[in-house]
Amino acid sequence: MCGIVGLYLKNPALESQIGALFEPMLIAMTDRGPDSAGFAIYGDEVENGTKLTLRHEDMNYDWAALAESVKAGLDTSVDFFQNATVAVFKLGCDAAAATAFIEETAPEVLILSAGHSIEILKEVGLPEHIAETFNLKGMKGSHIIGHTRMATESAVTMAGSHPFSTGEDLCLVHNGSLSNHNRLRLELKRQGIHFETENDSEVGAGYLMHRLQQGDTLTEALENALKELDGFFTFTIGTRNGFAVVRDPIACKPAVLAETDDYVAMASEYQALTTLPGIENAKVWEPEAAKIYVWERS
Amino acid sequence: MKTLDLANTSLREINQALHEQASECTEREWKITGAKGDHNIACGLDAALSVDIEGHAGYYCAGMNKKAHVVVHGNAGQGVAENMMSGTVRVKGQASQSAGATAHGGLLVIEGDAGARCGISMKGVEIVVGGNVGHMSCFMGQAGALVVCGDAGDALGDSLYETKIFVKGSVASLGADCIEKEMRDEHIEYLTDLLNRAGMDEDPKSFKRYGSARNLYNFKVDNASAY
Amino acid sequence: MSDKEKAQTALRESATFDHATMAEIRRAAETGIYDIRGFGAKRKVPHFDDLLFLGASMSRYPLEGYREKCNTQVTLGTRFAKKPIVIETPVTIAGMSFGALSANAKEALGRGASEVGTSTTTGDGGMTPEERGQSTKLVYQYLPSRYGMNPDDLRKADAIEVVLGQGAKPGGGGMLLGQKITDRVAKMRTLPMGVDQRSACRHPDWTGPDDLAIKIQELREITDWQVPIYIKVGATRTYYDVKLAVKAGADVIVVDGMQGGTAATQEVFIEHVGIPTMAAIPQAVQALQEMGMHRKVQLIVSGGIRNGADVAKCMALGADAVAIGTAALIALGCNHPQWDEEFQKIGSKAGYYDDYHEGKDPAGISTQDPELAKRLDPVAAGHRLANYLRVLTMEAQTLARACGKNDLRNLEPEDLVALNVEAAAMARVPLAGTSWIPGQGY
Repeated sequence: MCGIVGLYLKNPALESQIGALFEPMLIAMTDRGPDSAGFAIYGDEVENGTKLTLRHEDMNYDWAALAESVKAGLDTSVDFFQNATVAVFKLGCDAAAATAFIEETAPEVLILSAGHSIEILKEVGLPEHIAETFNLKGMKGSHIIGHTRMATESAVTMAGSHPFSTGEDLCLVHNGSLSNHNRLRLELKRQGIHFETENDSEVGAGYLMHRLQQGDTLTEALENALKELDGFFTFTIGTRNGFAVVRDPIACKPAVLAETDDYVAMASEYQALTTLPGIENAKVWEPEAAKIYVWERS
Repeated sequence: MKTLDLANTSLREINQALHEQASECTEREWKITGAKGDHNIACGLDAALSVDIEGHAGYYCAGMNKKAHVVVHGNAGQGVAENMMSGTVRVKGQASQSAGATAHGGLLVIEGDAGARCGISMKGVEIVVGGNVGHMSCFMGQAGALVVCGDAGDALGDSLYETKIFVKGSVASLGADCIEKEMRDEHIEYLTDLLNRAGMDEDPKSFKRYGSARNLYNFKVDNASAY
Repeated sequence: MSDKEKAQTALRESATFDHATMAEIRRAAETGIYDIRGFGAKRKVPHFDDLLFLGASMSRYPLEGYREKCNTQVTLGTRFAKKPIVIETPVTIAGMSFGALSANAKEALGRGASEVGTSTTTGDGGMTPEERGQSTKLVYQYLPSRYGMNPDDLRKADAIEVVLGQGAKPGGGGMLLGQKITDRVAKMRTLPMGVDQRSACRHPDWTGPDDLAIKIQELREITDWQVPIYIKVGATRTYYDVKLAVKAGADVIVVDGMQGGTAATQEVFIEHVGIPTMAAIPQAVQALQEMGMHRKVQLIVSGGIRNGADVAKCMALGADAVAIGTAALIALGCNHPQWDEEFQKIGSKAGYYDDYHEGKDPAGISTQDPELAKRLDPVAAGHRLANYLRVLTMEAQTLARACGKNDLRNLEPEDLVALNVEAAAMARVPLAGTSWIPGQGY
């Protein structure tokens, strides 16, 4: 059970402040999720090549050595910077090659995300602490989704934290509880999807990845999810160019949307939106059950 | 008139001050400002107070209200006026899901839309919604009345008992055992009065009435597919 | 013996399709409806009888009875409430509704509990003046149906119990069939008389522990933070449920095992959902210990508690208190042999009766029929309950003293051994005579 939040900027002038706008949204959801928090921020695109976010709990981990090894091993350009326990690597090669190489040669490192735009950062602990650790308020980007976690049926660990990455530039945050995820996980594993945890949300993410790999558009994948996933959920999904929000047909888990000319924002509770500029005049509404809401830049 | 601001007064202090009016009413008019989705504002009131809440309320605003007249000058979150016993609660904006849930009495007016499960399990409250209501509204409604000036979502009045439902607009679908019923003179009279009390300028004759078919009151095997 | 007789094989009952099963299939075929009954699970499941205490010996010394005190007092609700509840014995009376039970029965429960200084609990029908009048410590249940729920009663309660489910039917709502919806019951529940009442299975205005946390805050606000808030769950995924209940803000957690009784639900629910009480307790205690909340958020367990040995074993496994339902009714006179002729008239027998939903209880307990209900004298029945509660307490103390304890809560899992592998694995205590706990290593 958790809190989820998302912010998609329509007005590029706000991109330099996205972290500052988003930080209070995440922290407002602390009561719903005191165990761990994470967010996926989009921006700073790597056009040719890929961007990975990697994690190691030891802040003194030798990222430079890893960068050298990747550079040599894949014969590609490597640029990186560290942010607390996470390092953002920008490489000249594609995501598949990069992730395969790192999984093989540096298994102690956790790959949080891969893509052209996405950076996922997550940690165990209070949202406020996580925002501070990663200097969330200093970040820039075009859109961002986040999550505060109250662990239900799985342990409070890093791996169990959201957002879950479903594929390049794709990620998912979830508030609710799925009920048929164990059988689905087995089936998806047979289809080649890899899982780190026993977490139901991870299965939601894996399912979407599978559908997209089968050629579904994002909307089609979510329509299939509504049919095949059983249980209670509000999902917010991040894509390279936007985000999507969907609630299950029973729609018991909360969700609020707010839209102005400058942004679209989503949260589990209205109180996460109150610091946004112009919120007093925003269009505020609740997404309907079983309806797919997508915002994307063309 | 006493004004308290949520920006510098805790919710606990505000609710305590309001609760103390039950044993001795020292102030009848109250204004609570700075509401930004805070939960449980003015819940458990038990005195004929007038309370104006400026801003948006979170969950369970005016929960279990007795006697008080509460106005939210903004939107209200989940469960506004849940289990209200008497008095009135008015939401100028929109209400989230489960508005008026299990309420026994009083009048709840939502000027905008109400979300899913409006009036769920209602036990005697009168609810008047100026806009639409979401799906599963009036689920297991036992008594009282739900009036919808806009449209109703799917499964209206599923497993309904004796609540009367009046809808002016369209109904996406009716729930199990909920059927359209005849609007007779006594219903029009009742609705006229209720719309009046709610301050809604609508023609009662433009509403349709819905109620329980009472087929699920006692189990019959032929109705098994309804379960 | 004739040749024909000598050639006959013996009649043999099928273990799979035994007589009861065949009768049930016939009944289903005749009526087209599932079987509804009361009482708890009747089939044998691993239970406290499979555990034994290691009494005093050369290395452990017992306490003398009477003079050397063995404390039984427990305080419930120390986490947040201004007024925690103090009970003189760790045996409390579980939630049972007026509607399921007669008013006389509810009054008797209140009287008996008050006589020994423990608490009773309302049920899925609201608070009756009889129970509030008689019970010195009354826990008010907050259920999905919200029948009769109101802030005045909330403020009269000594504690509030938010019910997610019960052991007999975790995931199911209340059920009271038409024959028991009398005028008074109907008024309290705001229902037409004679309907078959089914309660909702989920709460109407919250789903999930994140939203429950906000609901609990509301209940605290309405009662000015005075009284403890309990959360009750049927035993299923107990380890996670207890952690979430703590995170949602509970002062006390009540875990009801699958043997817990009910007034009415589908037979398949009673027999096939939930885990045994004995298996739930170690999960709950582990969850609390991992969060540093054992003894800070109190744990009450219920579901098939029958005697002081059961009480002591629950305490040894780490509970702070227990609740009894079925046992309390039997103490009042439920299923009493004196009514056997009457039981037989309605197709049952004393000791076997579980058709509480029909409302024809000859003992006058699970009925709304005034003629039957007056057979239960609330004063005498209350006294019987008090006697029984005293025996439970004394038996538990006897065992605790034999283990060298001056307080029932000083009993530990290490004071127990198991008679079979299932009980050892579920209770997480070693098989007697060995140091083996299946699943936990040597």
